[in-house]
Amino acid sequence: MMNEQKVEDQGASRNDDSSTAMIPAVELINITKSFPGVLANDNISLSVWSGEVHCLLGENGAGKSTLMQVLSGMYQPDSGMIRVNGREVRINSPGEALELGMGMVYQHPTLVPVFSVIENLLLGSQKGITLDRQGALNRFEEYASLLGVEIDPESLVGSLALGQQQQVEIIKALWKGSSVLILDEPTSMLTPQGIEELKEVVAQLKKSGLAIIFISHKLQETLDMGDRISVLRRGKLAGSIEPAVFSSTANSEIQSMIIEMMFGEETDIAESVIKVERQTTGRSRESDLPEQPVLELKNVTVKGKLDEVGVKGASFSLRAGEVLGVAGVDGNGQRELAEAIAGQRRITAGDILLNGVVVSDVSIANRQHMGLRYITDDRLGEGICASLSVSKNMLLKRIGQRPFWNWGRTNEATIRKTAEGLVKEYDVRPPDVDIRCGGLSGGNIQKVLLARELLFDPKIAVYSKPTHGLDFKTTVIVREKIKSLAREKGVAGLLISTDLDEIFDLSDRIAVMYQGQIAGIVENQEGIEKKVGELMVGGT
Amino acid sequence: MSDFLTASFLSALIFGGILTGMPLLFASIGETISQRSGVLGMGIEGIMLAGAYFGFAITLYSGHFWLGLVSSIGAGMLMALIVVLFCVRLGMDQIVVGIGVLIFGEGVTSVLQRAQFGTTYPRLEELASVKIPGLSSIPVLGSSVFTQPWIVYIGFALVGVLYWILNFTNVGLNIRAAGEKPEALDASGTSVIFTRGMAVLVAGGLAGLGGGYMSIVGAGIFVPFMTKGIGFIAIVIAMLARGKAVWVITGSFLFGISVSLTTSLQLVGVEIAQDLVNMIPFIAVLAALIIFARGNYLPAALCLPYNREAR
Repeated sequence: MMNEQKVEDQGASRNDDSSTAMIPAVELINITKSFPGVLANDNISLSVWSGEVHCLLGENGAGKSTLMQVLSGMYQPDSGMIRVNGREVRINSPGEALELGMGMVYQHPTLVPVFSVIENLLLGSQKGITLDRQGALNRFEEYASLLGVEIDPESLVGSLALGQQQQVEIIKALWKGSSVLILDEPTSMLTPQGIEELKEVVAQLKKSGLAIIFISHKLQETLDMGDRISVLRRGKLAGSIEPAVFSSTANSEIQSMIIEMMFGEETDIAESVIKVERQTTGRSRESDLPEQPVLELKNVTVKGKLDEVGVKGASFSLRAGEVLGVAGVDGNGQRELAEAIAGQRRITAGDILLNGVVVSDVSIANRQHMGLRYITDDRLGEGICASLSVSKNMLLKRIGQRPFWNWGRTNEATIRKTAEGLVKEYDVRPPDVDIRCGGLSGGNIQKVLLARELLFDPKIAVYSKPTHGLDFKTTVIVREKIKSLAREKGVAGLLISTDLDEIFDLSDRIAVMYQGQIAGIVENQEGIEKKVGELMVGGT
Repeated sequence: MSDFLTASFLSALIFGGILTGMPLLFASIGETISQRSGVLGMGIEGIMLAGAYFGFAITLYSGHFWLGLVSSIGAGMLMALIVVLFCVRLGMDQIVVGIGVLIFGEGVTSVLQRAQFGTTYPRLEELASVKIPGLSSIPVLGSSVFTQPWIVYIGFALVGVLYWILNFTNVGLNIRAAGEKPEALDASGTSVIFTRGMAVLVAGGLAGLGGGYMSIVGAGIFVPFMTKGIGFIAIVIAMLARGKAVWVITGSFLFGISVSLTTSLQLVGVEIAQDLVNMIPFIAVLAALIIFARGNYLPAALCLPYNREAR
């Protein structure tokens, strides 16, 4: 509380230049940055003070990450000015940003997976010729105790849990004595427990006087952690909430102010956002589902590659119009299961049946013809072909088929027309079917994937982490789509997710995977959360 | 067949192995550094030829071996500059540029050799051996390993230097990071372009030195295309060694000894068709590839140009 009071004072008197403490740690003034076809940052100004958490909130593709990459020297702004402690600077490279005290934790991890923790921290050291392992170990212990984390500094980064990797990233960002810490979507890959740990770490750092920029698309998170909130919308600064306003206004009021800033006139979407954020609906649907399952697994076993656990004797069945949630901590065989059903992996034992037909030896393409769809979570890897246009990606799985290809010739007009329709239906941004698909933001790539897979009469859809890393507006769109497909069109859904709220929101039944096995299948009803949680960690 | 394991046979075998393995060792050490930094030195064969030719010519005219070897290094680095400019700086395809460098090196040295010497092949005198006191009196190894020109000892020492650099220095860590995850190196404030550029230059210098050893120390003459695929073998050895110095030297000398076996077998009068014997080293490489390739591990960013603002 003391701290907040101090911060508020700073905010109130920040035009008074008499003391250096009143000068913002970092000021971004009228920053503009464009990429071919996209105006990512349009005249954005922003100030960050020491001892304060400044949350930067906005949709996917609103320009949050780009703005921070400008600050960290990764990108050069087209125009605008940056001031650090009141002094104008040009940041030409990440190295210069580090020297100015800018520590950045990127959204995509920038640790070398085959290096140990300590080697990652030593990277970029300018001191001496040989690696100062002992000195680094000592400093690591210092930071680890400051942040309250426990990590073996000699373990390989690739073998750490994502939450731990992020803690290493934070230590790395602070390693060179940073005074500003930038966290780019730090919670997008963390478990609920990891998020709690992160909150504690951030609070510790704030107390020690760092200026923290916290980028997020999750409203609740920013309300929990921020002292000051700025909202970006389509590359522009849509508005800010000053600390003084923050502490004197009720949370619910701030929430509606922010939603107003984020969505503007699109209030109907904003309302559904609140609905999802507050309650999960559609539980325990009494239904008269058909008896015959559309998808049935009998003792399916998949051998895992390298460090994967694989799938060990999974059995379940799925009827038309039903959504079966697959819960579990990441890495308990979910990906292997999904790929086995899609036909991308051989099963070593058991049978997979589609509409009562054994398809264990049926090819991927033929399973698709039978109405099976797999929406992968590896969006950039196997999901899209990044260098092809959006329109081509929309019809990637129809290559050579009429009416998009006639006698081996590409029918551009039909492809474009279909793609344009889909782009409109799924609200892909920017609404241009000719741009490189890889240039889209994560949420928009997911829309392209959904549009492609759910085209042409799907019967069974395997959704792998469908809303992972998406902003809440896209999340709502995706969840509504899954719901309506199941309820209105009778598409059976296998929903693999690590987001329990999503599982409880959408599923009729919930299967929990643990160590490659189906630890249990339960009906989705009130009060089942505890049971699911126990199954997830190996309880019975 | 009883002469098979005599001291003179073994000594000749090892001596020949070092003679053939040494240029390969220099090239493989360079190639290892280059590959670890994420640049596949595809044109190494051309770079070796450039080193071989210029080293030979300078030695011939100046009469100084060391000056010749230094100019081999210089020629190699100049060739590597092409790779630095086009692949590292401008981000062009490493294989295409590498093949260009290879053909350029082969062509230029052949043309120059012909223009300068025509069909005569002048011969350099033999480089004096340095006997290591004490060690040179060990049977077999003494006359083969420890009675060699000084440049050979430098080669052995470089293996240790490679091991030290890659594992214990900041530069080595930067090089490995540039090959595994250049974004991480960049974010840590070190230039990927600089790190890779230096690695490629050093690799070029070492490949040039390997070529220089071949013409100046090994053969004493320069013949066009005299490297006969050694550069490509170096690429394979660097890949199989996975950045481990001990495997670089093991691989180089296994190849060297299998080549040397060709002549040693004739020395003891084993009657096998010459063509069959000549195949031995290449069969050895094939076997090594088949046995070890499955477990081989290449840097994640090998062959990928780094461009900070690419989206």
